Amino acid sequence: MPDPVMALAGVITAALIVYALTGGADYGGGVIDLFARGPRAKDLRALIARAIGPIWEANHVWLILVIVLMFVCLPKAFAAIMTALHIPLTILLIGLVLRGSAFVFRAYDDPSDAVQRRWSLIFAVASVVSPWALGVTLGAVASGTITLDGAGRVQTDFVSAWAAPFPAALGFFVVALFTLLATTYLTLETDDAELQDALRAQGLRAGLSAGVFAFVALALAETGAPRVWAGLTQQSWSLPFQVLTGAVAIGALAALGARRWALARAAAAAQVVLIALGWALSQAPYALPPSLTLAEAAAPASLITLVLTILGGGAIFLIPAFILLYRVFGKRVW
Amino acid sequence: MTDLFAARSQMAMSLGFHILFAAVGIGMPLLMVIAEGLWIRTGDPLYKALCLRWAKGTAILFAVGAVSGTALSFELGLLWPEFMELAGPIIGMPFSLEGFAFFSEAIFLGIWLYGWDKVSPQAHWAAGWAVAASGALSGAFVVCANAWMNDPQGFTMVDGVVTEIRPFEAMFNESSFPQALHMTLAAYSALGFAVAGVHAWALLKRPGHPLHLRAFGIALAVGGVAALLQPLSGHHSAQHIAEHQPVKLAAAEAHWETGPRAPALVGGWADEEAEETRYALEIPWLLSVMSFNDPDAVVMGLKDVPREDRPPVAVTHLAFDVMVGAGTFMAGVATLAGLLAWRRRDLLADPRLYKLVVVASPLGMIAIEAGWVVTEVGRQPWIIRGVMRTSEAVTPMPQLQVPFMVFTSLYVVLGLVVVRLLQRQVFATVDGEGAGLDGGEHEAAPHA
Repeated sequence: MPDPVMALAGVITAALIVYALTGGADYGGGVIDLFARGPRAKDLRALIARAIGPIWEANHVWLILVIVLMFVCLPKAFAAIMTALHIPLTILLIGLVLRGSAFVFRAYDDPSDAVQRRWSLIFAVASVVSPWALGVTLGAVASGTITLDGAGRVQTDFVSAWAAPFPAALGFFVVALFTLLATTYLTLETDDAELQDALRAQGLRAGLSAGVFAFVALALAETGAPRVWAGLTQQSWSLPFQVLTGAVAIGALAALGARRWALARAAAAAQVVLIALGWALSQAPYALPPSLTLAEAAAPASLITLVLTILGGGAIFLIPAFILLYRVFGKRVW
Repeated sequence: MTDLFAARSQMAMSLGFHILFAAVGIGMPLLMVIAEGLWIRTGDPLYKALCLRWAKGTAILFAVGAVSGTALSFELGLLWPEFMELAGPIIGMPFSLEGFAFFSEAIFLGIWLYGWDKVSPQAHWAAGWAVAASGALSGAFVVCANAWMNDPQGFTMVDGVVTEIRPFEAMFNESSFPQALHMTLAAYSALGFAVAGVHAWALLKRPGHPLHLRAFGIALAVGGVAALLQPLSGHHSAQHIAEHQPVKLAAAEAHWETGPRAPALVGGWADEEAEETRYALEIPWLLSVMSFNDPDAVVMGLKDVPREDRPPVAVTHLAFDVMVGAGTFMAGVATLAGLLAWRRRDLLADPRLYKLVVVASPLGMIAIEAGWVVTEVGRQPWIIRGVMRTSEAVTPMPQLQVPFMVFTSLYVVLGLVVVRLLQRQVFATVDGEGAGLDGGEHEAAPHA
């Protein structure tokens, strides 16, 4: 039987990836809403609302699952992260409370333009702020600036770990990536060529921005997040992995440019998976680099095995339920 | 305001806000599947119109409940990292199971709200039951975790370090069942009465309106049955607390002197300095009888508890009285409505009953808030009773007044918007011509 702690780390990474692919794209929808311009902007907003309306709450639970797995199975890392990153996590929370509320308020409030614009704006701005704060949080964890003293207490001034160039760049990278993802999903949710073209234009801009932020973040990682830098540049798997990720990223843009919507969606999703895997592999075996390994942060192995069993049992029920949900509402999901 | 007090205030405010939406999440799906079942059985289109009407309010309330619940799962860690580090693994099982309940709730709610014309009526109804069941389960699971804070079991601690975890024992601690039962019934009765109150108000304006009559009947039946069962559950809880959490019981009753034939105190003001309760109505022997079914049973008083281990007495006692008073009133209304329905059906159309239900409609939610004050404030100064003090659990983060004020302002605004939107969606159409007959399918798809 594999080490339960590493299996758990794999499950947490997988849950984060699924959150990025589903909930992340929902944020991306908000970003597209924010930048929607021109005569078809209203239709584009309606398309986004129709696409994410039935599914965003379910997609959102992946984040709760990640949080629960963290505090149940990696309590030491959870406590340290929650203490040192109180501020960006609070920003994330305010963003996601406002995002969800404004989205549903817009649907049920006065259909007049002024009211709709106000909720749209809150929904859209919160859809930028939340994933940015999520990226900042992940960046701060990866940067290795949150340390523990000998007694296991977190050493922090509550600011410097996250208010730094690398986490900030990673935040923008996450926003751009989620936006690209959302554009590729949405092109498949409509047959309207004008809307598809508007999405294509936004997707290309988002993809190019993601590329720029990726390079900025990577450049900043050398000093800002040395462990990530080492993982992404100096391991045996580094170069092929980087080449693959880069190729997939370019492929996603090329497919979007060529209006090969299904291919663009597959490539954009693959890009997100590869980036998350690269991050996870470069951070392993640490839960919170550089002072806390997964093994040190973990709850007793018997408990982790129990949680993994519950997850396995739950998945038997949950995966068909999700497939049903997406089948019922997605136009061309499968 | 100290950081500890700010953290406690933020937690209390966030919980107090979320729990209203949680009660809706538990109760509303049950009302909707009953209405939908009646529609499937009778073919009466008004039941479907009612489902669609309720769905609008539910969609708003569920979304705010989902995001405020997510906020809570973060706030546990943001405000109480030391608590979560110790308790997280021990109460991990109910939290993991709750995660699944959330998934199931959100997935099937999506199908229920938006899938009227996309799945068969039976499948749609089944999705509604899945929402109702997962809502009730997620509430029960999270209450199990809270019960563990009151009744910490299922682990071994040596020198402040947890050496062994027995997750089943922790989840099914002895407080879990009484608390989960009490909260679940509270949610059904509060939600039932709140909804019945809205429709009673509509019936006062438009007597005999067929849609509101049906809605009133379903909501009052659910709320009334739960409100009648709730005193039994409350009695069971009180006896459990008398044995397991005597300090909380003493604070709830503002009971100072240990002894037999202890009186129950109603109202009054507990003076924590003078260690006495003034101006209260004393019912002799009742506390002993209530707690142990025996007038000669000894009930511990607060004077036997060191001052530094006592919870705030005045607040706990006041909240307890509010909860019991509200619950008793609701049970009375339920009894009356039950008798009326049994003796003469047409008396259910009596405007005096509608007025009574309108008066009772907020009491369930008030009782829920008060009940949480009893259980949470009554556990102080402990976050895990006898194991960890709240002051030991708080984050070292300074300036906690800032997030407290930010979240408070945020929730005040959200609360006001929710009220306004509910008025718009639910109340406004009450006055409109043909209200209830216009619930066409196009209205279920709000994203115009």
